[in-house]
Parts: sequence; structure tokens; C-alpha cells
Amino acid sequence: MPHDHHDHDHPHALLPPAPALRVKALETILTQKGLVDPAALDVIIDTYENKIGPRNGAHVVAKAWSDPAFIDALRADADAALLELGYYGRQGEHMVVVENTTDTHNIVVCTLCSCYPWPLLGIPPGWYKSDAYRARVVREPRAVLADFGVTLPADSSVRVWDSTAEVRYLVIPMRPEGTEGWSEAALMDLVTRDSMIGTGLAKVPA
Amino acid sequence: MSRVHDMGGRFGEGPVVPDADDVVFYTDWHARALAVTLAAGSLGKWNIDVSRHARESLSPKDYMAFSYYEKWMGGLADMLVHRGVLTREEMADQTVTQISDLADKKLTADQVAVVLARGGPATRDSDVAPVFSVGDAVMTRRIAENVLVAGGHTRLPKYAAGARGRILRYHGTHILPDSNAHGLGEAPEPLYAVIFPASELWQHPEHPRDEVVLDLWQSYLEPL
Repeated sequence: MPHDHHDHDHPHALLPPAPALRVKALETILTQKGLVDPAALDVIIDTYENKIGPRNGAHVVAKAWSDPAFIDALRADADAALLELGYYGRQGEHMVVVENTTDTHNIVVCTLCSCYPWPLLGIPPGWYKSDAYRARVVREPRAVLADFGVTLPADSSVRVWDSTAEVRYLVIPMRPEGTEGWSEAALMDLVTRDSMIGTGLAKVPA
Repeated sequence: MSRVHDMGGRFGEGPVVPDADDVVFYTDWHARALAVTLAAGSLGKWNIDVSRHARESLSPKDYMAFSYYEKWMGGLADMLVHRGVLTREEMADQTVTQISDLADKKLTADQVAVVLARGGPATRDSDVAPVFSVGDAVMTRRIAENVLVAGGHTRLPKYAAGARGRILRYHGTHILPDSNAHGLGEAPEPLYAVIFPASELWQHPEHPRDEVVLDLWQSYLEPL
């Protein structure tokens, strides 16, 4: 089959070994070839550094906590409900939300690569893409949670979601007690990135 | 036998090291690597399944030695040459003599927002009817390998091969990566979320009620 030669022929070895120089070399060659516009790269980076990140997900969670019609809509058809808030795009085309309860805690991983809901959480953090997380969290989720300083009640179960297809999962953490009547904006500040992956919990108000 | 990227459940890893909520890129070249990869994808010479397979096809030695974005660069460089976008000489010399025929496909700065917002749905109409319903007991393929291509791309991790679970959710019909990664067509078929007791996957699960859910294509499954 056509792919077989790939295993024995790695053109990447022709590039400089230092990673920063390797990236620079590829960008330079592609730019000279008329295939990459460095200004477009700047826009992509600015988008994920400043525009698309976990505040989007926090907005969704805060609204899900405070608006019963919205959480019902998310359960029924998350893509449609998210689109109404303006959240859609690359690596978030097929969304499912999973809700933490006192009985079940959800955690998301991609053991095969690094799949992650970009439109809601931005670019995944380094640990999410690490071998340690990918290898361990499916087998020993509580030990991984301990690395994050999180301890679950002994009687609650853990459900780990391995993102093996193009479906992306967002965890809705449990709403902290003592937040009755809070505004969406105030609730958003309790929703951390890790709480929407499942390696954290929502912040408890001081 | 699977490839080195298929690491779910592997023993021997150290702690997971959390980091601050607000770090997006740890260093400039990480950001550049991501952006170059996205921009090159717009040339239309490969799909997401081809690009995943390119990273997985790095030698085990490189895959383990490379940091995350080095894997992206390795996969990208290999695809650019194998798909005829760049020559080995251009790659080695970093000197280009002429503009590419693909230059009219270059992603420009003003197109970025639209391209990122548009995304690329993986759902397709399919002639393959769903044969499983929510709650059905199923078993995954005993061997976590691509059945179409030896050593080819697949999304069944080896830790979940030959495992008994039940259908939790139906996702509709999705492009089959095992086919789409190898120029064999999108071959869409039903995709399900399948739930497994941890005790079905691991000799020593942490808790008797723990579960693992994977998204699996119908052809990965057989009825029980």
C-alpha cells in the first residue's frame, strides 16, 4: 500500500534538529514557495491566544447552571444550543456535554492524540497532551486527580471519556453550594479550564 | 500490533504536571508550529486522518523523543514531501526556486477567521444502516488494527480491543478514519459512544463502579 514507505522514509530528518529552527525552516520554505502567509499565522496565533479560550466554555457552564431551558437544549442537541451562543468551529463540530453529579465524575482525554473542544476551551494545555495523562487517566483516574489535588468521595464513580472520533466532550462541573441567585458573569469566574476537562472542580466561593 | 502513539493504560509514566489556566503557548515556536500546520492544511493536500496518521508514523524513537509540537512538525514535513508539495531538495537546502502551483490556495490573513469558524464536520450521509441500539451489548474487535491497510490508521485503542461493553449513545454516521487516512474514500458509517466497565479493561481497576467510554465505529463492533 502507498503508505508503507513512510515507515522507512522520514523527510523531516532533512530539517535542522533544533525544534525552533525546524519550525522556522518550514515556515520559511513554505513562505518562499507561496504557500504560507506569515500574516495569516499571526492571526491564527492571536485567535487562540486572545479570542478563543476557556472563557467560552465557562460561559456555557454558567448558563447551563442558571438557565434550565439551556441545559435541556444542551442535552437534546448541544451543537444547536452552542451555535445559538455563537460557539462553533474547528475541533468543535460535534459537541456532547457530560454532567458531573454527586454520583458520577466525568473526565475527558484523548489517548491516541490530543482531541479537545477548541471553540469552547481553546488550545489544550501541555499536560493534556502529555504521555503521562494519555497513558494513565483511563486506567487510574483517581491517581491522576490526586496530581491535581482533587479527591473524590469514596462512593462516587468515575467515567472517563476517550475522544477517539470527531465528537468533542465538555464536562459540566457541579455548581458550588452557596451560589444561589448569582449572575452568569459571577458564576463564570468559578469555572476553571480544568473543571471542564474533569481534572478539576469548580471553585468554591470564599 | 499497534503503534507507539496508542498509549492508553501504559504503565511507567510519572506524574501529570498541572499548569496555570492562562498559558496557551509555552514558547513562540509552539505557536508558530500550530499555525504553520493549520495554514498548510488549507492547501487541501490531506485530511485530518492523513495528518494524524503522519504523526503516528514517526518512528517510535522519534515519537518518544519529540515534544508535542515537534511531532506536529515531523508529521507536517513528511506529508509535504510525500504529497509532492515540497521536494526533498527544498527541504534539505531550505532554498526554493519557484512558486508552487498550489499558491492560489494559500490561506491569507483575512480568511483565517472564516476558515476557523467554518470547521470541518465529520458527519456524512451513509448507506450503512445502524445495527445497534442504545443499551445493546457489543464486543470490540479482538485485534486493534486497521483491517484495510497493514499498519494503517485506526481509532480503536489496543486497551479496548476484544472488550465487552454496551452502546451508550448514537452519534450518526461519520467518516471512517481507517479508510479516509489512506485515500480509500470517506466510507461513512454509524458511530457510537460505547461504555465499558473499568474491570473489562484493566486487571486492577481503581474502583468497582468506574467506566470508560470510547467513540467507536460500527465496523469495530460485533453483537454479543
